[in-house]
Amino acid sequence: MTLWIESFLVLLMITSLWLLGSSRLLSCIAAVSVQGVLLAALPLLLGIDAPPWRLFLQAGVSLGLKGIAFPLLLLRAVRSVDARREMEPLVGYSLSLLIGVALLAGSLAAGVRMPLPAAGTPVLLVPAAMFTALTGLFVIVGRRSAIVQAMGYLAMENGIAAFGLAIAEQEPLLVEMGTLLDAFVAVFVMGITIFHINREFDHIDADRLSTLKDSP
Amino acid sequence: MEQPVLAVLQFCVALVLAPLVPGIVNRVKAVFAGRRGAPLLQTWYDIAKLLGKAAVYSRTTGWVFRAGPVVGLAGVIVALGVLPWAGSGALLSFDGDLILLAGLLGVMRFVTIIAALDTGSAFEGMGASREAWFSSLGEPALLLGLAAIARTRGSISLAGILGVTSFAPGSAGGAVILLVIGALFVVFLAENARIPVDDPNTHLELTMIHEVMVLDHGGVDFAYIQYGATLKLWVLGGLIMSLLVPRTGQWYLDIAAAIGGLAVVAIATGVVESIMARLRLVRVPQLLVAALAMSALGLALALMNNPPTAALNPPSAALNPPSVAR
Repeated sequence: MTLWIESFLVLLMITSLWLLGSSRLLSCIAAVSVQGVLLAALPLLLGIDAPPWRLFLQAGVSLGLKGIAFPLLLLRAVRSVDARREMEPLVGYSLSLLIGVALLAGSLAAGVRMPLPAAGTPVLLVPAAMFTALTGLFVIVGRRSAIVQAMGYLAMENGIAAFGLAIAEQEPLLVEMGTLLDAFVAVFVMGITIFHINREFDHIDADRLSTLKDSP
Repeated sequence: MEQPVLAVLQFCVALVLAPLVPGIVNRVKAVFAGRRGAPLLQTWYDIAKLLGKAAVYSRTTGWVFRAGPVVGLAGVIVALGVLPWAGSGALLSFDGDLILLAGLLGVMRFVTIIAALDTGSAFEGMGASREAWFSSLGEPALLLGLAAIARTRGSISLAGILGVTSFAPGSAGGAVILLVIGALFVVFLAENARIPVDDPNTHLELTMIHEVMVLDHGGVDFAYIQYGATLKLWVLGGLIMSLLVPRTGQWYLDIAAAIGGLAVVAIATGVVESIMARLRLVRVPQLLVAALAMSALGLALALMNNPPTAALNPPSAALNPPSVAR
């Protein structure tokens, strides 16, 4: 079991690196959705002390949303704005990967020191969660395309959800479901907004949006 | 058989069989393309033909250009002597010889690069620049990967790392080994100028890295370079293979398994070359940085999994806080 959990967490980290290093939008979407599937499987593997129906519900809802619904929404957004590739990013892909390695080292160093209420949490869980969240944050800051930023938001949400698993026994199901709903609404709204931005301005470059002003 | 005899035997086997590896790669590519392909021994024929020719030297070149192929071949032969590819100890073995292995490959690359620069051709200088650029990314990946395995297997000599008799089932090191193998395979492809990074078949000026650096060498020198390239393929392939193939302790079984493993690595290379296109030049560093990231991840996991032992490196105790032990 430990081997399985460890492999899943390592794969989670690899999907984050994949998101950092890929320039094609479809590849980014694939990374985020694989990440969602891995995350959905985690509650079942971790051996959390909770009723099985709750674990299965949690896994099922997060698989349905993060593994299927979000990628489809993002795909629709990509198709509607007819964008195949991420535009020139603020931070290059190689440099992003190197920064990702630095973030990884940082989260491993910080994550293992963090005191957790639940004993028996896998050592890698908190570092993996922190790394995923930080990667998402970095993607939001370091990319210009609004779609990729939405994916960064999703990765950040994934990281936070993984972090929540570490304290899953204390966390009520309601909170878990609430976060998922929030994420769903956010991605839904982002998809629509991206479409409208694109129709209005012929691009989805978030950098250039900041120069828009109300006053003449 | 006795240890030293065995070491000499496996060294000689490698020297004789190494040119078969590119032969297997080419045969796999031919099968994929529906051709019959060159004979497996083609590399030996090429080398034999080249050895019969005299080298021609341009007047602008100096002794550096002439020394390049010889020193490069010598470097990789010593590297082969350091690597216990069939498990039972190498000719040279001591603590920390994995750094020597990386260093010897570095020496080979260095002399190839300065020999290319010595020709004074802008074209070769371009290839040299690319080689230096890519290897500066590939070498950290190799070293970090070796460090991760050293940590997992609790030894800093190649004999201790590669001579493992069996895998402990469900061991925590499995993920580390797989990550490092992935990273090393990318380094293997890049260092040997195989397809996602460089195309060994083209002579198109815009795509070449390794091939362009050796354009001005001819005759005996070029034979040395070709032979050195096959040995390098054997050394790096042997490193990857040794991580996967467990040792039995019977020398003939070990050697047979190692040769089989190398054939599998060669076939994998051929398959990769058949199904992939060469990456655009700007994407190559990205691939190598991804390999570097995998190695670094492997090293980080190895550091977390294996609490430091006093014999290995006491100062790193600070890296592992007590909370890991819970």
